[in-house]
Amino acid sequence: MFKTLIFGFLLGIVGTIATVYYLPVVDLHREPSVIMVAPNGGNVETFHVNVPMDRIMVGAPDQSEPVPPGLDWPADEIFAGVRAELFKIRNSRDSVIGVASRVAAKSVEFGDSIEWVLHLPARGSFYVSMPPQSFDGVSRVGQMNIGTREFQPLHGSVSERWVENTENEDEDAPVGRIEIVTTFVGVFSDDDAAGDLSGKDVEGES
Amino acid sequence: MIRYIISLAIGLLLGTAAASALLFYNPLAAQNPLSPLSVSDKEIISLNYSAVTADAIVYTNDGESRSRPHPVKVQQLWEAPIRQTDVLVTVLSDSRSNPVGIGIKFMSDSERTRLINGEALIDSAWHIHLPGRGSLFVEQTENYWNFLRQIVLPAYWSSGDSWKGTWLGNTTVGPGSLGTALVSGGTGTFAGLKSEAVEAISARAYSVEQGPVSMDGSLTIEVVGRDDSQETEVAAQ
Repeated sequence: MFKTLIFGFLLGIVGTIATVYYLPVVDLHREPSVIMVAPNGGNVETFHVNVPMDRIMVGAPDQSEPVPPGLDWPADEIFAGVRAELFKIRNSRDSVIGVASRVAAKSVEFGDSIEWVLHLPARGSFYVSMPPQSFDGVSRVGQMNIGTREFQPLHGSVSERWVENTENEDEDAPVGRIEIVTTFVGVFSDDDAAGDLSGKDVEGES
Repeated sequence: MIRYIISLAIGLLLGTAAASALLFYNPLAAQNPLSPLSVSDKEIISLNYSAVTADAIVYTNDGESRSRPHPVKVQQLWEAPIRQTDVLVTVLSDSRSNPVGIGIKFMSDSERTRLINGEALIDSAWHIHLPGRGSLFVEQTENYWNFLRQIVLPAYWSSGDSWKGTWLGNTTVGPGSLGTALVSGGTGTFAGLKSEAVEAISARAYSVEQGPVSMDGSLTIEVVGRDDSQETEVAAQ
C-alpha cells in the first residue's frame, strides 16, 4: 500500500508538470487572413470599421453626446487639439479581428497629423503615420512606422478613406465604413540575397 | 483493493500539491530584476498613470474579467479574436503629476505563456500622444507572473478577498535584449526615434471583486536620439 502511495505521489508530480508543460494556457482565436498580391509587388490587405457600431470611443473636447456614454474626456487645455478614437477592426469578410486607435492631432509647431495603431492579437500590431491632406481627394496615404511580430519584417503604405453606405438602407445597417488598405512588402535581407545568389537554401545550410 | 485505490488517490493529490507548490515557489522563475534604464545616463521621460480601471478614460475587455469595463456602457470586446484583449485609454502624467498626454494601451494574452517557466506573458502596445511634443509607439512583452503570485493569489487566499501592501515591480521583459520595450517615434520631436522603455507597476491594494483598487503604472522611456538611417533612406528615395 505504501508503494502505491509513492507511485501515486510520483504520478501526481509528473502528471501536473506534464499538463502545465504541454497544455496551452493561451490559445488565441485566428481568422484566416484575406490577402491579395498586388500586380507590382506587395501584399494588399483590406480592413474596415463599420460606423457607428464598431466605434468604442471618440475622445474629443466638448462633445454633446460622448461615445461611450459617460465618457469623461480630460478638460485640460493641452488636449484641446487632440481627437482620439478607438475602434473594432474587421477583415474583408466582415469578421472582427482586432482593435485600433486613431489619433488626430493639431500642432502649430509640427503640423497636423493622423496616426493609427492596429492591434490584431493573434498577429501583432503596426503603427502608421499619415498626413491630414488626402492623396486624391478621397484617401489619405501614410507609411507604416513599425510593426510587431508578424508585421515586424514588413514595411509599406497604408491608406484610409471614408466609404458611405449607399446600398443597404436597413435601420441596423452602418452609415458607412472607414476602409484601411495596407500594402506591405518584406525587407530584402542579406541572408535572402546570399541564398538567391548561390542558388541554395540558406536555412538548409545552417 | 479499495485500500490501494485510496492510497493511489491520496498519492496523486499529494503529488499534484507538491508539483503545484514547486511551480509556485519555483526559485528559477524570473524574479524582479533592476530596470536597465535606472542606470542610464540618457534623457529619460517618465509617464505615470493610474492602473485602476475606474480612473481610466476608457477601459474595456470581454466583460467577464475581474476588472470591469469603464464607463459602464462602453462596448465590450466579446468577439472571439479579441476576447483575450484589454484596452486602456488613460491620461499620462509627468513626475510632477501634471497631465502631459494620452496613452492607449492594447494588451493581449500571449501564446508564449509558460507557467512552468514562471511566465504569464502579455503582448502589449502603447500608442502615446504628448501634445506639443509628438507621438510614440511602444512595443513590449510583459510578464505578470510575479504580480499574480504575490498579489492576485494572496488576495484569493485572504479571508477578506483582498490584498493590501506595497508592491513595486517591472513588468516589461522584452522584446529588447536587456528585457526592455522597444520605442518608435512617430511625429513631432519623436519622429524617427528608436529607443527603449520599461514599464513598472506600483500596487497598494487589490480586490478579488474589483481588480486593482490602488495601483499606478509608470513608463520610463529613454530618449537616445533619432534614427537618421530612416531619414537618409527617405531622402535617397
